[in-house]
Amino acid sequence: MSTPETPTAAAPVGPTADQSSLPADLQDERLIASQGLGGWASAQLGRLRSGDLGSLPVVVGLVLIWGVFYALEPAFLSSRNLVNLSLQMVAVGTIAIGVVLVLLLGEIDLSIGSMSGLAAAILAVLFVARETSVIIAVLAALGAGALVGLLYGTLFNRFGVPSFVITLAGLLALLGLQLRVLGNQGTINLPFESSLVRFASQQFLPVWLAYVLALLAPAVYALSAWRRNARRAEAGLSTTPLSRLALRALGLAAILVIVVAVLNRDRGVSYMFLAFLVLVVIMDLAIRRTTWGRSVLAIGGNVEAARRAGINVKRIYLSVFTLCSTFAALGGIFAASRLASANQSSGGGDTNLNAIAAAVIGGTSLFGGRGSAYSALLGILVIQSISNGLDLLAVESNVKFMVTGAVLLLAVIIDSLSRRSRAAHGRA
Amino acid sequence: MTTTSSAPVLSMTGVSKRFGAVQALKDIEFSVEAGEVVALVGDNGAGKSTLVKTIAGVYPPDEGHVTFDGSPVTITSPAQAQDLGIATVFQDLALCDNLDVVSNLYLGSEVVRNRALDEVTMEKESWRLLRELSAKIPSVRIPVASLSGGQRQTVAIARSLLGRPKVVMLDEPTAALGVAQTAEVLNLVERLRENGLGVILISHNMSDVMAVADRVVVLRLGRNNGIFRVSETTNQEIIAAITGATTNAVSARAARKATQEESA
Repeated sequence: MSTPETPTAAAPVGPTADQSSLPADLQDERLIASQGLGGWASAQLGRLRSGDLGSLPVVVGLVLIWGVFYALEPAFLSSRNLVNLSLQMVAVGTIAIGVVLVLLLGEIDLSIGSMSGLAAAILAVLFVARETSVIIAVLAALGAGALVGLLYGTLFNRFGVPSFVITLAGLLALLGLQLRVLGNQGTINLPFESSLVRFASQQFLPVWLAYVLALLAPAVYALSAWRRNARRAEAGLSTTPLSRLALRALGLAAILVIVVAVLNRDRGVSYMFLAFLVLVVIMDLAIRRTTWGRSVLAIGGNVEAARRAGINVKRIYLSVFTLCSTFAALGGIFAASRLASANQSSGGGDTNLNAIAAAVIGGTSLFGGRGSAYSALLGILVIQSISNGLDLLAVESNVKFMVTGAVLLLAVIIDSLSRRSRAAHGRA
Repeated sequence: MTTTSSAPVLSMTGVSKRFGAVQALKDIEFSVEAGEVVALVGDNGAGKSTLVKTIAGVYPPDEGHVTFDGSPVTITSPAQAQDLGIATVFQDLALCDNLDVVSNLYLGSEVVRNRALDEVTMEKESWRLLRELSAKIPSVRIPVASLSGGQRQTVAIARSLLGRPKVVMLDEPTAALGVAQTAEVLNLVERLRENGLGVILISHNMSDVMAVADRVVVLRLGRNNGIFRVSETTNQEIIAAITGATTNAVSARAARKATQEESA
């Protein structure tokens, strides 16, 4: 774009003197200026009122859930139980990352549970029965996931069958495949001393490393935000006030240090939990900061617009279905490693719905185009807290299912209501 | 507002297009110069959409010659039309409601820096482009869903300008817009002309056409039915050409009224 700028004098209504001193994106007189922390707070309040709830319902819900369980059973918030929670949530949470991706496209994958079960079966059979190396077993399980996803994507692109139906067929077919792979053994136990099982349940970060990482993450955030500010200032655009940046970075640091401190009172931060967090952050960056992620959001918003803009829509569908199934396979590997076994019911029961529920509860819309990778983390935290708390209270599984179902229903209702409100307030 | 006459940037002669037994276009003459607004009008089924789609590369014509920028071309695909420098804003604007203005402007042609989206450059360029159009968009970081109809049209037009086109086709840009928003879009059309683009405006609204167009090309039943300079014609003349001069209900009624008044 090398054309010279048109002289501002040609504009019919020239900006007034004090307006032109503002950054380029704040000059419109209709913008309600929000300066300083007070302005920021009132802007946030206005956003919430108009139905742009963001992650607030989840955070409020989480505080409520934790409060109730703590009142009923104080051991719920003990370091020991919270470390358990951090280990329990990884498998389904990883699957939920993939679900977030398909939901962003406005599609669905119902076979993630079966896929994770199949991956667990492949891993166990190769590793234990065939005695291959860990790496080959893991790669084979992940590869199976990728292949299934490629197949879904191809079917979807080629025949235009709704993803709902394709993956419903996949749910059954993959379950059959899982039973076949397991053969008549039924259950295969992974040896406790194997690296996978140790990784999933016994390996924790050294105390000092956990603290270093907890401080490093906010530091990296602050640095990148500061550099972005510098570039924006150079381009004549508005910048985030330093006070707000510092507050955010300090807030993040405080949360992370508290989490690490609490977990370190027991066994600590597990490597598997860290891996899950890293995956969430990577996918968040991929969604928000890359052309691929922008294309995913665009297709979720308006497929036709995306197609006319020259986006290779079919390739995006293919990549997302592939990623989703691969994440499901990875979740299956984590689950098998933590439970040290794969059997005919791996990935069965409530795995499927918990993963989808986690993504939706976390704030990713079922209608496509809206959500973030962090909803997998927040959502699974809610779901697993309920599950873990009810287990502590020794509630039977029939009640567990009903409670989880009710929470999912609540989340979907909040999604629909806030969608309606956003439309009314022009934020859809 | 008269333009200094120069070689047309896009011209078509003898363009015909058949769909089965239907002759959608027959021997069409059409041209647009740089810095000129040409209105394309006609009744439903007159062939406006077919002609637009021929120019946009959606339907290659069966016969006829097309020259663009002085050299003969055959436009066979929308992508080729865009590469040549013909941008089309269709009636359904094809914007992503969930994305903000910057994302929509750069959708499919994002600026990338260190393998990540270069939001700063895109935002800066968006403002430059919108300022150039004197567009009234309060913020480029709000979702497109929260914009008014006229603002959405502005975004769609600005989007088409990113590829530095020479000709912009606007399909019914003021349909379903209010009075103020229509004026906003008409201002924008004039701004495009001032920037030296050839603008093709498809519209059913005669007052819009008379307000901004330099020339009016009338199609009727797939054929040319008159080319008028707006400065030298009247609304009635164009409507007569659109509806088919004297052989229609409107003029027959007018004539009957006149004779009744005379006899009264």
